[in-house]
Amino acid sequence: MNTQTVEFGTIVGSKKNKAVVENVAQAIFTVCASFAILAVASITLYMIISGTPAIFKVGLKEILFGTVWEPTAAEPKYGILYVIITSIVGTALAILIGVPIGILTAVFLAEVADKRVARIVKPAVELLAGIPSVIYGLLGIYLINPLMYKLELVIFADSKTHQFTGGANLISAVLVLAVMILPTVINISETSIRAVHPGIKAASLALGASHVQTIFRSILPAAKSGIVTAVVLGVGRAIGEAMAITLVSGSSVNMPLPFNSVRFLTTAIVSEMSYSEGTHRQMLFTIGLVLFIFIMVINIILNGILKKGAQADE
Amino acid sequence: MKTKKLIALLSACALSVMCMTGCGETAGNNTSTSSQGSAAASTSQESKTEESSVEDNKTAALSGTIQMVGSTSMEKLATALAESFMEKYPDVTVTAEFVGSGAGIEAVNSGNADIGNSSRNLKDEEKANGAVENIVAIDGIAVCVDTANTVTNLTKQQLTDIYTGAVTNWSEVGGADAPIVVVGREAGSGTRGAFEELLGIADACAYANELDSTGAVMAKVASTPGAIGYVSLDVVDDSVIALALEGVEPTAENVKAGNYFLSRPFVMATKGEISEQSELVQAWFDYVLGEEGQEIAAKVGLITVR
Repeated sequence: MNTQTVEFGTIVGSKKNKAVVENVAQAIFTVCASFAILAVASITLYMIISGTPAIFKVGLKEILFGTVWEPTAAEPKYGILYVIITSIVGTALAILIGVPIGILTAVFLAEVADKRVARIVKPAVELLAGIPSVIYGLLGIYLINPLMYKLELVIFADSKTHQFTGGANLISAVLVLAVMILPTVINISETSIRAVHPGIKAASLALGASHVQTIFRSILPAAKSGIVTAVVLGVGRAIGEAMAITLVSGSSVNMPLPFNSVRFLTTAIVSEMSYSEGTHRQMLFTIGLVLFIFIMVINIILNGILKKGAQADE
Repeated sequence: MKTKKLIALLSACALSVMCMTGCGETAGNNTSTSSQGSAAASTSQESKTEESSVEDNKTAALSGTIQMVGSTSMEKLATALAESFMEKYPDVTVTAEFVGSGAGIEAVNSGNADIGNSSRNLKDEEKANGAVENIVAIDGIAVCVDTANTVTNLTKQQLTDIYTGAVTNWSEVGGADAPIVVVGREAGSGTRGAFEELLGIADACAYANELDSTGAVMAKVASTPGAIGYVSLDVVDDSVIALALEGVEPTAENVKAGNYFLSRPFVMATKGEISEQSELVQAWFDYVLGEEGQEIAAKVGLITVR
């Protein structure tokens, strides 16, 4: 407390400069903060302006509930229902696979692993976070797709109706996404587990609970809000990812069944932007708007959960 | 300590202010130069009309406007040619509209455009109305399979059946018992448009993979046993096998001779022969059919006609 006041005194020691420094600093903070707000506001405005014309031309019902995507046909059809479902299912599955693995890895790093092992695993996880998404996609092409194709050949050997995709399917995309969200989930979960008060662990062990019981009954519940944050950020990364999955998902508009070639909201925009024109191009912006609304809604819902969790903790 | 912090703060503040004024200034500069640019353009237009009334030193002072209307598939070629032509003759403006082959030829026949772009041969009635077919380049598409595939030739019908999903196993077209993985391009791609149009299966294809670049198609076909894909003829390399169609090998010679059916001419139609056109349009065709123009055609992935 003492040192703080001394520090404080040195900054604003001279009364002459005090007001100037305070005001200038505040002005700079305000300007910096308004950049972020300006960016969000202009993106929102831009998405609405460029995304709505196609809705009026094609009709909201036809876009959201149509299943046929034929933007260049003589009678173009702009149904993106399958694309929307693919994004939801794909993200959900990636979370379902990635989050348990991520949380358990975090537990391992924070609680189980001895320091030497942790010293190897931790940098590896951090490295994973720094790998560009296109590299994940390439790995998917060379590792996951051939494996999936072999599986596909075995599973659908007698099928007359299945369209063979060469391994570019929903599972490949989900696996790539699951790996991509791992570093986010691991890092944030680990931090929150380490932040749990040591007294909680000590009390649990003192009451006779085993180490594993302590982890699952005491430590993880205590770290709940941090883990939820990790999931939120993981969802954000998964639903917004385009580059990696455009390489491994096949990009045909289909029902999101495990071995179907599928197209996500993000890849739908990326793959056709280059040569599209007219209503087709406007439609791609509308897909962007749908994705934007999705992310907004998810953020609001999960933030609500976070707040409730925080209140419950108190 | 105190003064140091103050200096740091002030300099940070000064820096940010400088940044902003910097931005403001450049923005101001930009607008002013652009207005100057438009002023220059208007004066050059005036000088253009003067020069065209003089009409003697034709090589040095070509000026005026060439209007092209027509095929959307030719957008890449037409834009590239127009840009480089305008670079060579700064006083010339080449405008290009992309509304479709039929509309382009109609525009040329009705006198609304100097050149009608068409990505198909002209019909007899179009020729009867005065349009002359000047082929400036040829678009060829190769059908590729992976190197382990034993099929070397497909008929037009077999290719159609494969891409519409009627045939799903290589054994049905004379190959091994393996499923066919149908690879294609995304909607809006010129190659896809040409491929589907030439086979008469526009928007009837059942793709298992819709990839968004030629390179991606090549990579997918090369790495997937049983895959089939189509790419522009000029990019085919050893990583895949380009199939013969109806017994005709996909070579530039065969395409030029008109034997390979998965190809289409890029026509720049004029009303009457080129020699009857204005000096400017004649210069355009000299350029397009000359070395530089053909080089550009090759660069955008076409087969040259020279």
